Amino acid sequence: MADEAVPQAQTDRVIAGPRGRKPRRALSGRNIMIYGTLIVVALYYLLPLYVMVMTSLKGMPEIRLGNIFAPPVEITFEPWVKAWASACTGLNCDGLSRGFWNSVRITVPSTIVSIAIASVNGYALANWRFKGAELFFTILIVGAFIPYQVMIYPIVIVLREMGIYGTLTGLIIVHTIFGMPILTLLFRNYFAGLPEELFKAARVDGAGFWTIYFRIMLPMSLPIFVVAMILQVTGIWNDFLFGVVFTRPEYYPMTVQLNNIVNSVQGVKEYNVNMAATILTGAVPLFVYFVSGRLFVRGIAAGAVKG
Amino acid sequence: MAGHTQGSGRPNQWLRNLNAKIASVPMILTAVVIFLGGTIWTVVYSFTNSKLLPRLSFVGLDQYERLWDAPRWLVSVQNLAIYGIFSLIFSLVIGFVLAALMDQKIRFENTFRTIMLYPFALSFIVTGLVWQWLLNPEFGIQSVVRSLGWESFTFDPLYNADIVIYGILIAALWQGTGLVMCLMLAGLRGIDEDIWKAARVDGIPMWKTYIFVVIPMMRGVFITTLVIIASGIVKVYDLVVAQTSGGPGIASEVPAKYVYDYMFQAQNLGQGFAASTMMLITVAIIIVPWAYLEFGGGRKRV
Repeated sequence: MADEAVPQAQTDRVIAGPRGRKPRRALSGRNIMIYGTLIVVALYYLLPLYVMVMTSLKGMPEIRLGNIFAPPVEITFEPWVKAWASACTGLNCDGLSRGFWNSVRITVPSTIVSIAIASVNGYALANWRFKGAELFFTILIVGAFIPYQVMIYPIVIVLREMGIYGTLTGLIIVHTIFGMPILTLLFRNYFAGLPEELFKAARVDGAGFWTIYFRIMLPMSLPIFVVAMILQVTGIWNDFLFGVVFTRPEYYPMTVQLNNIVNSVQGVKEYNVNMAATILTGAVPLFVYFVSGRLFVRGIAAGAVKG
Repeated sequence: MAGHTQGSGRPNQWLRNLNAKIASVPMILTAVVIFLGGTIWTVVYSFTNSKLLPRLSFVGLDQYERLWDAPRWLVSVQNLAIYGIFSLIFSLVIGFVLAALMDQKIRFENTFRTIMLYPFALSFIVTGLVWQWLLNPEFGIQSVVRSLGWESFTFDPLYNADIVIYGILIAALWQGTGLVMCLMLAGLRGIDEDIWKAARVDGIPMWKTYIFVVIPMMRGVFITTLVIIASGIVKVYDLVVAQTSGGPGIASEVPAKYVYDYMFQAQNLGQGFAASTMMLITVAIIIVPWAYLEFGGGRKRV
């Protein structure tokens, strides 16, 4: 699937390419066209980020007068402070900080639990095949394509019966469930690609299911764990639907709280605070993206079906 | 691969690979109880007149009749169709063109790719709110162009019921084309360089080589991308909530939002189940032929 194409790009990029001719003039008409187009496109992609940052640094009077592209005359960090600490959602006026910590409390355990479960599942599927496993796995993969809306209500009932509907625990379980298909696929493929001799040798030495997993498979697969982690952290942090459906307002993740702050009907719209809040919410996935580079591409290419 | 655990001579079939079976319990439960069970449950209850609570009193196709009579649902479906067709076409075309440009052995490739892909790291909520701000007629692009002297310039897609769905499309393309570009670029890099050499020897112009040789060779990448985009389209929800909340009026409603609103706000579960079953059918129409092509021919490729 998608994820196998990406690493190939990394290995092939040096040797492949449409044009083999070597010496080229730097300023040919063709080059001007290519770079011109790319620069214009890049500006289009960067524009919203630029406008967000500029707006968040202005005071309201300046926003009402000036245009959104103009840099702030007087830089103020007031909107950032307000967005973080005192913007109102409903009855609470403690800003996005509450949502931020909720998101942290949701993302960290969800990521760890889903990766732990899915990696063991993938390992069992790749190395310890048993009858019927493929059938369940197929159901799981097909299930990844089913719109969440179809499964949401039954899950509400199950969580309610378990007494954890509306809590962080419930949401963590939901994220684990919906992360399972793509993560299991990721790990199954990775483990299946490891040399079989390793596994066989360990078996001959008498190692069992868990020993092989912890002593051989786990240390050999750090890269795929990192990819899975990127995929889960960004995916769970950016989630909105599950957060809104499965938690109570005091546990809303940052995305839900952000939407409530910006789209609340009462009061004067403070565009600078809204944009500061938006940047704050986007900061974590952007940080992951910039730090992880190529691994992020692998992760999202693998996980695109989930999003 | 399966061989190494087979025929170990254990007497009891059930005890063989016991650890693997125990380890697979979460996967089996998810697959069977949540994915299969949950889906069947919703489909079954879509034939009932459940209101506040799910009840098993069957009313046949009533919910579906009411659904297809509801103006709001019809608007939702129409919006999804417009949004879907345009975002498929634009993201494939733009994504491919960008990938082809990036494949010209350019400098700063990494920089360009980073810039084009960063929106994909952002939540749909963040994307929606940014574009809500840019498309705000009072302050955004419209007001900037007007202040440059073009007084009659009008660009307020989010406030105009006729074109609001295109306003959402702009944001969606900003967010998603980077990923399509990356997938396409990977596909292009997978094409053998000899193809390009042969085409050049034969004097075939570059654009012709792309259209008649390279694109047909990238069939697999295109289909994968198409499935990824299409299954994302059906689920579009967050973006609409953030950008317009379905407004003005009901002009930018989408099916996923209809489902949510009927299940959790209007307390009309039957309608929500019927609408979500329609979403399920839509996805099945996309996925089944693809799964057949991808996995039907023999062994799995994954």
